[in-house]
Amino acid sequence: MASGIKDKVAIIGMGCTRFGERWDTGAEQLLMEAFTEALGDAGIERKQIGAAWYGSAMERSVGNSAIPLATALRLEGIPVSRVENMCATGTEALRGAAYAVAAGAVDIALAMGAEKLKDTGYGGLPTLGKGSFADLWMPYGSAPAGFAQLAAGYRSKYKIPKQDLKKAIGRVSWKSHQNGVKNPKAHLRKAVEMDTILNAPMIAEPLGVFDCCGVSDGAACAIVTTPEIARALGKKSLVTIKAIALSASSGREWGTSQWDGSYVQNTRNAAAAAYREAGVTHPREELSALEVHDCFSITELVTMEDLGVSDAGNAWKDVLDGVFDADGVVPCQIDGGLKCFGHPIGASGLRMVYEHYLQLQGRAGARQLKDPQLGLSHNLGGVPYNGVCAVSIVGVEGR
Amino acid sequence: MTASSDIGIKSFGAYIPRRRMPRAVIAAAHAWALPALKSLAKGEKSFCGWDEDAITMAVEAGRDCLRGANDSAAIVGLRFASTTAPYADLQNAAIVGAALRLAESRSSADLSGSVRAGLSALGQSLEESAGGDQLVIASDRRSGKPGSTQELLYGSGAAALRIGRGDDVIATFLGRESVVVPFIDHFRQSGEKFDYHWEERWVRDEGISKIVPRTVASLLRRLGIDVARVAHFALAGGPAGSDKLVAKALSIGPERVLPDLQAQVGDTGAAHPLLQLTAALERAAAGDIVVVASFSQGCEVLAFQVRQSASNPPNRGLQATLGRRIEESAYLKMLSFEGEIDIEWGMRAETDNKTALTQLYRIADQILGFVGGKCQSCEAVQFPRFPACVNCGAVDSQQPYPLAEESAKVATYTADWLQYSPSPPLYMGLVQFDNGARLLMEIVDVGQSGVEVDTPLTMNFRIKERDRQRHYDRYFWKAAPI
Repeated sequence: MASGIKDKVAIIGMGCTRFGERWDTGAEQLLMEAFTEALGDAGIERKQIGAAWYGSAMERSVGNSAIPLATALRLEGIPVSRVENMCATGTEALRGAAYAVAAGAVDIALAMGAEKLKDTGYGGLPTLGKGSFADLWMPYGSAPAGFAQLAAGYRSKYKIPKQDLKKAIGRVSWKSHQNGVKNPKAHLRKAVEMDTILNAPMIAEPLGVFDCCGVSDGAACAIVTTPEIARALGKKSLVTIKAIALSASSGREWGTSQWDGSYVQNTRNAAAAAYREAGVTHPREELSALEVHDCFSITELVTMEDLGVSDAGNAWKDVLDGVFDADGVVPCQIDGGLKCFGHPIGASGLRMVYEHYLQLQGRAGARQLKDPQLGLSHNLGGVPYNGVCAVSIVGVEGR
Repeated sequence: MTASSDIGIKSFGAYIPRRRMPRAVIAAAHAWALPALKSLAKGEKSFCGWDEDAITMAVEAGRDCLRGANDSAAIVGLRFASTTAPYADLQNAAIVGAALRLAESRSSADLSGSVRAGLSALGQSLEESAGGDQLVIASDRRSGKPGSTQELLYGSGAAALRIGRGDDVIATFLGRESVVVPFIDHFRQSGEKFDYHWEERWVRDEGISKIVPRTVASLLRRLGIDVARVAHFALAGGPAGSDKLVAKALSIGPERVLPDLQAQVGDTGAAHPLLQLTAALERAAAGDIVVVASFSQGCEVLAFQVRQSASNPPNRGLQATLGRRIEESAYLKMLSFEGEIDIEWGMRAETDNKTALTQLYRIADQILGFVGGKCQSCEAVQFPRFPACVNCGAVDSQQPYPLAEESAKVATYTADWLQYSPSPPLYMGLVQFDNGARLLMEIVDVGQSGVEVDTPLTMNFRIKERDRQRHYDRYFWKAAPI
């Protein structure tokens, strides 16, 4: 029986660039910007890094292989690997680095995620091929179209009038805009009125422009090691990794009648595994903060149920009741989320952990929460019925 | 006078695209320059969606013809007639036959060169002595140059007929007459988009009036049939009203002239005489004589005697497809579908849609025939067929399972305004078949009422994507509200 990695890996340094339309900054500069902050935070030198994992989802944005990272950071003579798992890419990089440390393969490892989306020329994400097999039959929907279908399924299952669910998902985005204002590194730092959200142009019914997250440039990274080495480096009050779990679609949701369209099975799978690894039994009470994959407002809403934070069919009411606001029962997207911090795909999983890392150390400035103990981050790649989910939990050591 | 050993028509099918444009809309769009078009602004025409062509319409007509038949493997040949077949070298009938899941061991041919190809294909099949049933499909996606009378009068559609011998023949073939002369009423050079027409008065007075009546009379004389016994007469080709002119010359009363389909469809070229024949079969009584002529570089005439009135269910045939209608009032939309205006669709339209022909051939039955699999271990029906079952994981456990005629409904959906589609928004969602299969599909021909979870769906063979660099259209199936 695997014992998991709870408290076997400590995060000793993190960096995150300002996300946004970084027209004057190339990918190599974003990588260096995040890395410099993390090295300074960790108080180590570049040559102490024993291995690196580099997450980047779009070949068009930064390039193929791990070479762009090794070149940008001048990482010489160490193993550097590129990982890609759609929007779970950043967490995959952290998983690789954390597992290497937990296995004793290296003392100190780097996990980096980056994306330079604004060099693609697109608003939104570029259309990607699905491989020679799926290209022949699977429609090319946009990313919002994949997630918008959750709204149809959720409405149908819980008999919720269209306008009521539209208002609830609008409230999800409204809250994240409120939070983004307080984050100097966020892409979108402007509060938005509910009327503006509800009346915005349609992207994929029922998702309007404000139901969709920012498309941004950015990079984020973590330096990890064992708690013993962290302490030897003089670190106190360690932030440790409690769990990293992943689930990928086998086709059951889109290939059989066993899925009703109202939830994301991968999230349920990954959350159950992460809770088991981290020893979490009552997520609504135990989790201090959530950073979830709010690529679209409806995604965040159903994720609250998939994580067990809201009861089935109740997330839309919890949203309207402010349960996930900065001063709510379970603050969610306290840094603005994908919605307002932005979503440079490969960086997002590490950006979420970065926020928890700051919060757990009391370094989150104007948006600091009171005495947080455990933070959960959640990525969804692909679409709800055909994708990949990563859930990671970090917290204070020993919690 | 007919016997069960005689060859004839066993079943028929028709397909008219759902999109219909009132001619008044087209005339109004050109009124600034061509006010005289107003005289043609009556009724409506059918036109193809961006993802329809002569192949996809042929498949739909063929499915309509074969619906309910459990012996389509008995069809030994397919003739596909069209003046607008998408491919010059790639047998169009091969794709049509694959989508209809016909047996691989069959004869197969494309006929083209003139709108006469439709009736010629039928005549050839009827005269062919080889054993086994034949399928004849005529299909045309007809385009008229903006501002031309053809733009108003041409329509799109397809008709299919199953030919063979036996007790299930509904109309016996009596005979065929063919006259070929170099009378050029219109022409279109290979590679050109539009027909060029000569003066209507000459076509009518010197061509149709002199060639068609004598050809029809010659056939009837040879068959020993008095013209008074002709219960249904149709003439395809030539200017509107030519059929009535010829009927009058032959002393066939106007009540015996079959509808020219101008009010609802327009002139569908090679498909037209076959569509008119289906109109006759839908209304004919046992014993009726049906004569159908096609005018083009002379005249082709076929005669039939109805043996038994057709008993098609109401959801089939010409009347049914005519009734499945979406009125379109955006003239620019039609122009865009026809490729006459090139809208700026943005970067998402730049996606390279290169098809791996190797991959297509490996899974051709799945992609063209929409054949999924049924697991022999857990009975789960599924699409596509992966090596392992989606439900129980059993390996190599699936038997082919066709899905095109199975009933389905919407499980999830959205209307995508972001993704490139030549007909936005792109409706897509998970389609749930009653047999348990499920897959993500594009949903097309969504009318004003939209779709919702549980909306019943029917399957349609369509162009999935166009490869604008290499000019290969990728075909697959799309769902549409019934």
